[in-house]
Amino acid sequence: MHLHRSHIYGVMGEFGDPEELIHAVQKIREAGYRRLDAYAPFPVEGLSEALGLKRNLVPAITLLGGLGGGLTGFLFQVWANVSSYPINIGGRPLNSWPAFIPVTFELTILGASLAAVFGMLALNGLPQPHHPVFNVHRFSHASSDRFFVCIESRDPKFHLADTARFLQSLHAHHVSEVSDD
Amino acid sequence: MSAGQPPFDSPEIRRLTPVIGPGYTYGSVTDKISAIVLTRPTSLGWYVGFLIAFSLMGMLTVAVGWLIIKGVGIWGINIPIGWGFAIVNFVWWIGIGHAGTLISAILFLLNQKWRTSINRFAEAMTLFAVACAGIFPLIHTGRPWMAFYMFPYPSTMGLWPQFRSPLIWDVFAVSTYGTVSLMFWFVGLIPDLATLRDRAVKTPMKIIYGMLSMGWRGSARHWYRYQSAYLLLAGLATPLVLSVHSVISFDFSIAIVPGWHTTIFPPYFVAGAIYSGFAMVLTIAIPLRKVYGLEDFITMRHLDNMAKVMLATGLIVAYGYFMEFFMSSYSGNKFDVFLVQQRLHGPYAPFYYALILCNILLPQLLWSFKMRHNVAVLFIMSIVVNIGMWLERFVIVVISLTRDFVPSAWGRYSPTFWDWATFIGTMGMFVTLIFLFVRVLPAISIAEMRELVAETSEDEK
Repeated sequence: MHLHRSHIYGVMGEFGDPEELIHAVQKIREAGYRRLDAYAPFPVEGLSEALGLKRNLVPAITLLGGLGGGLTGFLFQVWANVSSYPINIGGRPLNSWPAFIPVTFELTILGASLAAVFGMLALNGLPQPHHPVFNVHRFSHASSDRFFVCIESRDPKFHLADTARFLQSLHAHHVSEVSDD
Repeated sequence: MSAGQPPFDSPEIRRLTPVIGPGYTYGSVTDKISAIVLTRPTSLGWYVGFLIAFSLMGMLTVAVGWLIIKGVGIWGINIPIGWGFAIVNFVWWIGIGHAGTLISAILFLLNQKWRTSINRFAEAMTLFAVACAGIFPLIHTGRPWMAFYMFPYPSTMGLWPQFRSPLIWDVFAVSTYGTVSLMFWFVGLIPDLATLRDRAVKTPMKIIYGMLSMGWRGSARHWYRYQSAYLLLAGLATPLVLSVHSVISFDFSIAIVPGWHTTIFPPYFVAGAIYSGFAMVLTIAIPLRKVYGLEDFITMRHLDNMAKVMLATGLIVAYGYFMEFFMSSYSGNKFDVFLVQQRLHGPYAPFYYALILCNILLPQLLWSFKMRHNVAVLFIMSIVVNIGMWLERFVIVVISLTRDFVPSAWGRYSPTFWDWATFIGTMGMFVTLIFLFVRVLPAISIAEMRELVAETSEDEK
C-alpha cells in the first residue's frame, strides 16, 4: 500500500444529485478526513459550508484593487495638472478636484474588477491545464450532470482500500482510484 | 379587468409562464444548449444570414478605409454641425449595450431568476455594441492613428490629456466599460467552456475549448471564490453602467448649447440607454428562441418581463422629454424656448414627431397583457423603439447644433452616402458577431440553467 501511495492522488466517489453530495461530504468530514474536495457542475448551495470553507480572500483583493485604481487615478490627475504641466487658465485652481472624479471613479471600478477576476483565478490556481482528477474517465460528467467528491491521498487518514470502502458505504454510484500522473 | 385575463403578477401567471419549461434535468439542459454549438449542423439559413451581415461589414471596411484616405470631409458634417452621424450612432450603440449589463448585473443583484437564460447573449450583445460604438469616436477624430493621444502616456511633448474634459472622461468610461463587460462575460463563460471541452468530440474543439476553460474542474473551492468574484463584479458593474451613460450625457450637458445644458440629461440618458438596450435584447431573443427551439428556456415570462422594463424605462424617457419642455418654458431662457419651438416647427420637426411616436405613443400598447404576449407585436415594438431611440440622439445632436445662439451660425445637416454606409456597416458587424457567437459559444449559460433546475426542483418539493 505504501508503495502505491505516491502514484495515487486520491479516491473519488460519484453522486447523482447535490443533496447526496452534501450528505457524503458531511459524513466524510465527520469521519475525520480533511484533505478532500467536491466537484459539481454548478455552485451547490451549502457545499462550501459542508466542506468547512471559510477563508475567502477575493473581497479583500477586490477592495485593494479598487483603492489602488482610484488613488492612482486621482493622484495622477492632480500631479499632471498641478506639478507636471500646470496651465493657468484665468486663475482657476489647478487642483480642480471635482473635475477629476469621473476618471477616478472609472479607474476605481476598473482596478477592483481586474483584481476580482485575476485574484479569483490566481487563488484558484487557474489556468491549470492538467489535474489528476481528469484521469478519471467519468469525471467528464462533472461539467454536466454528476457530482464528485475526492478524498486525497495526502490526508493522514487516507488508506486506499479502506477509504474506497468508506465511500462505497456512503452509496456512491461509482468509486474510482485517481492516479497521480 | 377584461374577461379571461388573469391578474397581473399572480402565482397563477408564474405557473402558467415559468422561467424554464417543465421536466428539465441537469443533463437535458446541458445537452440541449451545448448541442447548438457542438452537434447541430450549421444550417443554410445561418450561412445566408451570415453572408448578408458579413457583406455589410465589408461595406464598413470600405467606408472606414475611404474615410482614412480622404478624411471626415466625406461625411455630411461641417461647421456648425461637427458631430453628425458619428456621435448619434456612438450614443445609440453604447446605449444598446447597457441592457446587457443591466440584465447580467442589476438583475443578478436583485436575485431575479428570469435573468438566467438571457444574460449570456445580452452580455455578448453589450460587447458587440460597445465594439460598434467605439469605432465612431475613433474615426470621428479624423486621424484615428493618433487616437493614443487621448491616453495619458509620457510623451516627448510633456503634455497630458485634458482631464477636465468630458471627452477624456468618455475615453476612460467607455474603455473601462468594455473591459469590465468582457471580463464579466468571460468569467460567466468559464464553466460552460469546461462543459464544451468535456463534451466536444473533435480534437481541435477539445483543444480550443480546453485552453479557453483554463482547466476549470468545478471544484467546490473554486466555485466558492468564483461566486464571490462574480457577485463583486455584478456589484461593480452596476454603478459602472449608470456612470457610463451619465458620462456620455456630460459630453452634451457640460457644453453650453441650448437643449444640451440640462441637469436631467444623466438620468434620462441612462433610462434611454436601458430602454433601447432591452429593445435590442428582444430583437435578438425573439428570432434566437425561434430558430434554435429555445422556447422552453426563453419563455413568454422573459419576453413579458422585458416588455414591462421597456414600458417603464420608456415612461422615464417620456418624463425626460416633458421636463425638457417644461424647464425651457419655466426658465424663460429665450434660446431654450427657441430650441423647443425649433423641435416642434423647425426643419427637423418630422424627426421629432417620429421620435414621439416611436418612443412614447406606440410603446403604450405594452400596457396590454395580450400585446405583451404576442411575439410578433413585441418584435415590431422592439424595432420601433430602436428607431425611436436613434431618432432621439439625432434630434439632440442635430437640432441643437443647427440652431444655436446666432442666426449667422445656423446651418443644415444631411448625411451622405458614406455616413449611411458606416452606420449600416456597423449593424452588419454587430449581426456578424452575433451569428458567430451563437455558433461557437453557448448562447445561454448552461451552468446557471443547471442551478435554475436545482432551484425549481427544490421549489416543487
